[in-house]
Amino acid sequence: MYHDAVNRTVHQTPLAGLDAESAEWVQTLAGTGLQREEALARLHGLLVRIALADARRRGPRQRITGPELEDLAYQAAADALLAITAKLGQFRGESRFTTWAYKFVIFEVSAKFGRHFWRHPSASLDAEHWERLPDRFGFEPERESEWRDLLTALRRAVNTELTPRQREVFVALVLNGVPLDALVVRLGSNRNAIYKMLFDARRKLRSALDANGYLGHDDTRRS
Amino acid sequence: MNDGQALDRFLQTDPRDVGCAEAMEMLHVYADLVALGAPAAERYPGIAAHLRACGPCGEDFEALLAAVGDTA
Repeated sequence: MYHDAVNRTVHQTPLAGLDAESAEWVQTLAGTGLQREEALARLHGLLVRIALADARRRGPRQRITGPELEDLAYQAAADALLAITAKLGQFRGESRFTTWAYKFVIFEVSAKFGRHFWRHPSASLDAEHWERLPDRFGFEPERESEWRDLLTALRRAVNTELTPRQREVFVALVLNGVPLDALVVRLGSNRNAIYKMLFDARRKLRSALDANGYLGHDDTRRS
Repeated sequence: MNDGQALDRFLQTDPRDVGCAEAMEMLHVYADLVALGAPAAERYPGIAAHLRACGPCGEDFEALLAAVGDTA
């Protein structure tokens, strides 16, 4: 089983080479009639279960509980089921069918949490909470003399090295604690673009701090 | 004692990091390999690097892995 799964991944096996369970899912979902309806109901049940478990894990951080959390999970499961049936032809058998399908509902839950954040935001884009930085990186107040210069240099680098967009993303995510998926919604962007912006900002800041004698050797400069 | 290690770790970037788009595209494949005990990180070092650095993708990966285990 282990080797079969690995080999499927490498060789992009056609649908005919699917494991029996995945083949059954694809066949019944692509079919018609009662069998398809039963398969849809079974898949929906699995998606609801996963969405509820995932939402309950994420919920406390964004203070979503009770019926609101359950609504979010059920909506995520319904949206995921629609996406799965619409994209069934794109399933290439690189994984088990259920793993591929579960990915849809996980992404739906995280996206919905990102949108939900702005209903009762616990962070804003307007302020710049530089005072949170020591706590964010575990610097102890009683040792301020040891880290004050480093954070001053970091702040200077944020202001001088980053593009306006990189700075905006850094401030929102790092200083203000806005979740990345929530920032995606607010900026009308996508996760990849925001992550890339922060990735480039991190690289620039580390390079600047290293050039000024802070932190360790910058071994990412070549990248 | 904290001499900037947490900040240093946060600012470190891995050039192998594939970014969110590719990691999300391949997340089901990667999760299945991990669930089956295959050396997923060796096979996909760029995805492994990304999942270590990206909070949202890392959380999605853990959720997917939990889902696969929960419904197995």
